[in-house]
Amino acid sequence: MRKEIYITDYSCVTPLGFNVDTNWKALLEGQSGVDLHKIIDNQDALYASMIDSEKLNEEFNRFFTQKDIPNFTRLEKMLLLSIKPLVEQHTISEDTAFILSTTKGNISLLKNQSELPEAVYLSKLAGKIADFFGFKTKPIVVSNACVSGVMAIAVAKNMIQAGKYKDAFVIAGDELSEFVISGFNSFQAIGSGPCKPYDKNRDGINIGEAAAAVYITSNPSQNEKFRFNVLGDSAINDANHISGPSRTGDGLYASIRNAMAEANVSSEQIDFISAHGTATLYNDEMEAIAFNRMELQNIPLNSMKGYYGHCLGASGLLESIISMESALHSTLLPSKNFEETGVTQPLNIIRENQSAEIKYILKTASGFGGCNAAVVLEKC
Amino acid sequence: MKKINTCTIEYSKITVDGNLVFESQSETFQEFAKEAYKSLDLSYPKFHKMDHLSKLAFLSAETILKDEDHSRTAIVFANRSSSLDTDFKYQESINSQDNFYPSPAVFVYTLPNICVGEISIKHKMQTENAFFVLDEFDENFLNNYAEQILQSGKADKVLCGWVELYQENYKAFVYLLTL
Repeated sequence: MRKEIYITDYSCVTPLGFNVDTNWKALLEGQSGVDLHKIIDNQDALYASMIDSEKLNEEFNRFFTQKDIPNFTRLEKMLLLSIKPLVEQHTISEDTAFILSTTKGNISLLKNQSELPEAVYLSKLAGKIADFFGFKTKPIVVSNACVSGVMAIAVAKNMIQAGKYKDAFVIAGDELSEFVISGFNSFQAIGSGPCKPYDKNRDGINIGEAAAAVYITSNPSQNEKFRFNVLGDSAINDANHISGPSRTGDGLYASIRNAMAEANVSSEQIDFISAHGTATLYNDEMEAIAFNRMELQNIPLNSMKGYYGHCLGASGLLESIISMESALHSTLLPSKNFEETGVTQPLNIIRENQSAEIKYILKTASGFGGCNAAVVLEKC
Repeated sequence: MKKINTCTIEYSKITVDGNLVFESQSETFQEFAKEAYKSLDLSYPKFHKMDHLSKLAFLSAETILKDEDHSRTAIVFANRSSSLDTDFKYQESINSQDNFYPSPAVFVYTLPNICVGEISIKHKMQTENAFFVLDEFDENFLNNYAEQILQSGKADKVLCGWVELYQENYKAFVYLLTL
């Protein structure tokens, strides 16, 4: 029989707060991290969700003393802060995996360099964080564009089920950078205002930044605060286009179908969908098609992008954490900035805070390279 | 698990199942890739738009996947340098405020999993895929990951491999696994 795999702890660092409780409180009040920021010199300001660097440094210095720390980058500080509370609660053994989800890591360090700085290698970034906390196994970096955060949960589940590890710390992080902002801007994919997932007037993404961490184990102790069973996962490619989503939603549809089949959960049983919802025209439409093909159109759904922007490699993990928090508080959060439907297929988009029993969560993501990912989580 | 086919690309040579199938005198990856494309008789114009990492991954996959049905073949790739080869080129296009020309056609390749997308498109593989970044080639890790995909029934075969490229340093070692 297959081992049951549980998420029993998590933490996050976002513009809305440096722990889950402050994030949850801010979300209940409808706060958003998205605001106008000037990120590239000589370019117009853009809407993005940004962590205040001064506050980040203050928080960091509260928990880490100077002698601990030779030169951590901004992103490394975010990652260290997000994983620290988990490392304090759960023992790192010879059989503990360290999995980092990121797309661009310390890419900001590349600016005006003639040679590659060591720290831009994603494995160096992972190694630096892992070594700081004394992880004993070789770090694993998952870098699958915008599905990385969801896929990292699946990687932990699958490698523990295969008997290669007993437990795993999964962390995810990406920061705002000229590199990423200029790139999405060159695609004309950045929204003119705060992003409006699934809305008629949506016109693009807000980029965001965050770090998130979860602890995943096959052997939970008796005094865990909560348990979510990772029931099923899948990550299927569209095989259609490297930068545009499939018009038929094939890859997302197949990812959801496979994850639900492995979870042995039917569409009617899903209580809540934490969708990707980037607020680009084509992505949101593609998702609506895929959800309808799976007959999930009546299940309450939101996108967290209106609160956090699109945090790239961190988004899937952060949004999974918030969806579990929703289940623990029996509260569905509205899909921020949604007013009038702008997709051709029906969806049950959450409009206000509402109470609901949430047992089965479906979390999805899609990204460049035609990748998609889905996981099914069960509140135990 | 059985390793059905293997392909190695390095030092301007392509070796398939232990046999040298192509060798070039060219000194740059760009020239080598162009000649290999002709020699393998690929006729896939999209190839010329790909970045170097995608070309490397694509060439190695072509020698193994051929024209067979791969609707149940997953892809699990890894490397060390992620997409840094293209990242570096893209960064050069935005370093200077006076010379700020970010290109979407370059930016899209600043993710390592794009090469997996290119292979998936060519062979219509709507299948499980994953890209990992590791400090060094770790065949055990890739095989373990492939094995659990096969055992879960999510795929019948897995195209596995190491596809590493930064500037003129490159190596692909790609192979097909079944249970």
